Amino acid sequence: MGLQESLASDQFVVTSEIAPPKGTDVKEILAEAKRLGGRVEAINVSDSRSSIMRLGSLSVCHLLQEKGLEPIFQITCRDRNRLALQADLLSAAVLGVKNVLALTGDYASLGDHPQAKPVFDLDSVSLIRVIKKLEAGTDMVGNALSGRPKFFVGAVVNPGGNPVEAQIIKMEKKIRAGASFFQTQAIYDIGAFEKFMKRVAHFKVPVLAGIIPLKSAGMARFMNNNVAGIFIPEPLIQKMAKAEDRVKASVEIAADLIKELKGMCQGVHIMPIGWESKVPAVLDAANL
Amino acid sequence: MFLAQQKPLEEILKSLVGEKNIFILGCNRCAEASGTGGDPQVLEMRKALERAGKEITGFSIVGFLCQKTLVQSSLQGKAKEVAAASSILAMSCGVGVQTVAAVSDKITHPAGNTIYLGKICGEWNVSMRCQECGNCVLDFTGGICPLTSCPKFLLNGTCGGTTREGKCEVDPEISCGWLLIYERLKKWGQLEKLQRIFEPEDHSKMLPLQGLPLSAR
Repeated sequence: MGLQESLASDQFVVTSEIAPPKGTDVKEILAEAKRLGGRVEAINVSDSRSSIMRLGSLSVCHLLQEKGLEPIFQITCRDRNRLALQADLLSAAVLGVKNVLALTGDYASLGDHPQAKPVFDLDSVSLIRVIKKLEAGTDMVGNALSGRPKFFVGAVVNPGGNPVEAQIIKMEKKIRAGASFFQTQAIYDIGAFEKFMKRVAHFKVPVLAGIIPLKSAGMARFMNNNVAGIFIPEPLIQKMAKAEDRVKASVEIAADLIKELKGMCQGVHIMPIGWESKVPAVLDAANL
Repeated sequence: MFLAQQKPLEEILKSLVGEKNIFILGCNRCAEASGTGGDPQVLEMRKALERAGKEITGFSIVGFLCQKTLVQSSLQGKAKEVAAASSILAMSCGVGVQTVAAVSDKITHPAGNTIYLGKICGEWNVSMRCQECGNCVLDFTGGICPLTSCPKFLLNGTCGGTTREGKCEVDPEISCGWLLIYERLKKWGQLEKLQRIFEPEDHSKMLPLQGLPLSAR
């Protein structure tokens, strides 16, 4: 079963994420993907995540396809104008990539090429619309395509965003534009997430809650202070701080979160950020 | 040289749906020079709106609509007429519209599209810059320009990067433009405007920095 079919069923779906290397050496990332592939439905391939220049998502998506794994092509509006974005989408289709996650993207100043010119010719909402237009057989200005792509389009939402109401309004816009599934920013506050899910239940669109395994108390505090929309409650930070075996504590926290999330949404999206090898342990502990 | 165009009357009337009493503000500097906001244009607009069933509670032509103090004193001078209106129609460049919205805190509608400010800085308030996009959306964003208040030029709402303090992920010194827009729309009772899906900007309407606009040659 593919991602689209799994989300349409009653299954609790798990996706994960890899970041291409800074360079052409893909051995390690393909090995990571293979390890993940056995346990998750599909794997996001990020697009110069956090504005740190890396090998493009599309080529790695293609390599994953070749290995029988299911990629999710992350495409952002940070670096490419509407011509390049449409071209890359058609390229993705030609390479057999079906799942697309349409993102606005982080600003370049946050990464390792702060001198770069920010593009943002489209935003996530208009990008989703463009994808649907291509699927319907025309480019975004109405020219007919010779051969049309078929995609399964996803978007992101930040349940911890400020203000949440604006996030929900934008989520609804993305659905109207054509988004069929959502992955969220990392969730640590189950109560707040439950409230959020109640408010978006009527949209009837699958939501995969984001999970970022904590590596240390320091990382938790850093995220609280620097990553918008993430709120890690103090008890979790303390658990990490007091842990003798940080990996064990991290896996437990992630698994506990997943167990609670099972009743609230259609799946989880695990973003290991370097701890790809720990994902199977998290899934084991969460009985998935 | 300054270039602006008046929005088609249908577009202006669409922005005024549900409203009856309007106050008109014109600009006696750039807009007047470009024939989009001076005396004759303001009077013409008044006639056109009255023909469409609106009541113009009053009007004023200010020296510079981009100058906060001037706008403030002008509005104070016509306080009764302004209070009797449900909104203000600002016939000026984008800076003027934003200034009026900020000073009056009244629903402010743009009457025009700004194409080229001619590098005139005039009295403009740096925090209310106009991107000269030629397709003014200030009517949908509570009088706050998303192109100049958001580093990512987002038209369809906030990204996920607004910090807990309401600051922009790009620069913690600046407020999230879309949070400001959200708060202003909420204040004006216009949150439903956030539901609109905007098409991407038409960059061919935005002129190159050097040289004359193609259409003027």
